[in-house]
Amino acid sequence: MLEIKGLKVKLEDEDKQILKGLDLTVETGKVHAIMGPNGSGKSTLSYVLSGKDGYEVTDGSAELEGEDLLEMEPEERAAEGLFLAFQYPVEIPGVGNMTFLRTAVNAQRKARGEEELSAGDFLKVVREKAKELKIDADMLKRPVNVGFSGGEKKRNEILQMAMLEPKMCILDETDSGLDVDAMKLVADGVNALRDAGRSFLVITHYQRLLDHIKPDVVHIMADGKIVKTGGPELALEVENNGYADILAEVS
Amino acid sequence: MALAKLKSEATEARLAGVTLPAGAAWSTTAREDALARVRTMGLPSKRDEYWKYTNPTDLTVKDAPKAAVFVSDEAPLFDSIDRLRIVFVDGVFDEAASDDLSAENVVIERLADVMAADIHWVKDIYGVLEARGQNPVERPLAALNTAVATDGIVLHVTGKVAKPINLVYLHKNENSDAVLHNLVKVDSGAEVTLLENGPAAARFSSCLEVDVADGGTFHHVRAQGRDHERRTATYCFAKIGSEATFKSFTLTVNGVMTRNECVLEIVGDDAVAHVAGACVGDGKDFHHDDTVFITHDAVNCESRQVFKKVLRNGATGVFQGKILVKEDAQKTDGYQISQSLLLDDDAQFLAKPELEIYADDVACSHGSTSGAIDETALFYLRSRGVPLADARNLLTLSFMAEALEEIEDEALAEELRARLEGWLARRS
Ligand SMILES: Nc1ncnc2c1ncn2[C@@H]1O[C@H](COP(=O)(O)OP(=O)(O)OP(=O)(O)O)[C@@H](O)[C@H]1O
Ligand SMILES: [Mg+2]
Repeated sequence: MLEIKGLKVKLEDEDKQILKGLDLTVETGKVHAIMGPNGSGKSTLSYVLSGKDGYEVTDGSAELEGEDLLEMEPEERAAEGLFLAFQYPVEIPGVGNMTFLRTAVNAQRKARGEEELSAGDFLKVVREKAKELKIDADMLKRPVNVGFSGGEKKRNEILQMAMLEPKMCILDETDSGLDVDAMKLVADGVNALRDAGRSFLVITHYQRLLDHIKPDVVHIMADGKIVKTGGPELALEVENNGYADILAEVS
Repeated sequence: MALAKLKSEATEARLAGVTLPAGAAWSTTAREDALARVRTMGLPSKRDEYWKYTNPTDLTVKDAPKAAVFVSDEAPLFDSIDRLRIVFVDGVFDEAASDDLSAENVVIERLADVMAADIHWVKDIYGVLEARGQNPVERPLAALNTAVATDGIVLHVTGKVAKPINLVYLHKNENSDAVLHNLVKVDSGAEVTLLENGPAAARFSSCLEVDVADGGTFHHVRAQGRDHERRTATYCFAKIGSEATFKSFTLTVNGVMTRNECVLEIVGDDAVAHVAGACVGDGKDFHHDDTVFITHDAVNCESRQVFKKVLRNGATGVFQGKILVKEDAQKTDGYQISQSLLLDDDAQFLAKPELEIYADDVACSHGSTSGAIDETALFYLRSRGVPLADARNLLTLSFMAEALEEIEDEALAEELRARLEGWLARRS
C-alpha cells in the first residue's frame, strides 16, 4: 500500500534536516504503529506524505500503491485514498462542518469520476456515522472545529475518515486529549473501518490506544529514521521502559 | 471660518451653470438651501481629512468620466424574489419597464411629481435628514444631490408591505451622470424591504433619506456591480425612532470608484440599527470606500457595523466608521468590525475605526483586521480532497459570511451569496 524509501526531508526555510533516510512499508490491510520520542519527526512524516508546504524532500521516495505521492498535490493524494487525521485539527470559522464534509466527499468523488452524493443521501450517511461517534447535530452545524473540545476535534477527524473511506489512513496522535470513553469510541470507529483493502499508520505515544486498535507491526522512530521494527510487544516494551534501552541498543 | 480660496474657487467653477430644477415653493426653498450648504462647505477635495483615503475628483469634476456599458451574462439579480420593480435608466424613471406602482400598505410616488405639489409630507424629510447629517462631519456631495436631483422614488409605508420594492438601475449611456434622491417614510409599526441594484450610470449620485417612526422596520439590501468603470457616491441618512429597526446591507462587486456613506441617527430608545457590507474587487483601479457614522442619542439601543472586503491584484478598500454615543445614550450596545482579506501583496486596506463616547454605562467594541488566506486552513481542506481553487473560494466566502448573515431574509442572502460565488468562480 505505502512504500517509503530512504526519505530525507529538510525544512524549506531553514537548514534543518528532519527526516534522515526513512524506510517504511505498510502492506495492504495491515495496521502499523509508529512510536518515538517528541521531535523525532513523526508529524513531519505525516505532513510530507499528505503534501503540506514548507518541507523539501532532498532524497528518497514515497509511493501509494505504486503511484509517486510526492509529485501530487494534496487534493490528488486525498483522491488517491490518503487520509491524515491531524495531531492538531484546524479550525475554520465561517465554514459549517456539514458543508465542509459534503464538499470534501463530493470533491473526491468528482476527482475519481464518480457521481456526487445527493444532499439527502449524504445527510443520511453523516447522521448515522456521527451518531456512532457520539457527535451531535449541533457539532455538525457549527463551523469546522470552532469551539470544539480537544476530544471533539479528534472525533471529528474520525468522522471525516469514516465519510471519506480512504485506503491509507494516517492517525497522528489521535488518542492524545481523549478521555477513556472517547478513546474507546475512536478505536471502535477505526476498527469498524479495518478491512482487507485498507491500511493504517497509527502514530501514538501510548500503548493504551494499541490495546484497542491492535497493530500488526510497531516501529520505533528516532531522529528522523525508523530505528527498530517489531510486533505489538515492542509497544509494551516502550510503555514499561521508555526509549532509553531501545535507542542505546540501536546506536 | 471662511472657505479656503482654492476650494471656494473650485466649488464655484463646478456650480457655474448649475440650474435648480423648477418645483413648488417649498421644494425650491429646500433646493436653494441645499445649494447654499454646498457653497458654505465647498466640494470635497483630496486634501480633506474625510477624503484622505479616497480621491473625490471623479465625483466632483463637471462631466462624468465615461464608463463602458456592461453587458451581463447573468439573470437579473433578485429574479427569484417576488418583488415590485421600479426601473430607472441612466437615472430616469422608466414607467413602461416598471411594475404598476400600486401596492397595499405603501404609497409609491415619483419624486418629480412630489416636488411639484404645493403640499406634501416630503417637505419634512427632503434635504432635512441630509442637513442633519452634515454635522459634525460635512458631506457636501449629498447636499449637491439634494439641490439638483429631479428623479427618485418616494415611499410612504403605512403597514407591512408584502413584497420587497426593488429599484433597478440600468445603465445604457456611457456618458450618463445620474442623480437620484429617494425617500422613505415608515410609519409606526409599519415594515418594508427596499432592494436596489444595477450599475445606474457612468457616474451615479444617490441620496436616500429614511425616517423610521417608533416601532417601524426598514430593511435595505443593495447590490452594486458587476460593471467596472462606474463612479458612484451614495448617501443614506436615517432617523430611527424608538423600538424601530433599521438594517442595511450592501454588496459591491467591481467599480473603479465607490463611496458609500451611511449616516444614522438613533433618536428613540430601544432601537436597533445595523449597517453591513461585503465587497469584492480585482485590480489596481478598484477602489471601494465605506464611510459610516452612527449617532446614539437614546437609551438602550444597539448598533452594528460589519464590513468585509476581499481585495486582489492591487485593489484598494477603505473603511471609515464611527460610533458616537451622546451623553444620555446609556446602555448603548455598539459593535463595529471591518476586515479585509488581501488575496495578494499588492492589495491594500485603509481603515479608520472610531469610537466617541460620552455616556458612562455603555458596551462598545470595535476591531479592524487585514489578513491573507489562512494557509493552514487551506491545507486542511486540500488534504480532504478539495481542489486548491475551490478551497480558496470556500475560505473567501466564509470570510464574508459574518457580513452576509446581517441580511435577515434568507432568500435575499442566498441571491447575493450566489453572485459572490460566481464572481470567485470566474476568477479561479
Ligand atoms: N515548520 C517547522 N519549523 C521549525 N521546526 C520544525 C517545523 N516542523 C517541524 N520542526 C521540527 O522538526 C522536529 C520534528 O517535529 P515533528 O513535529 O515531526 O515531531 P514529532 O515526532 O511529531 O513530535 P511529537 O511527538 O512531539 O508530536 C522538531 O524538532 C520540530 O521542532
Ligand atoms: Mg507530532
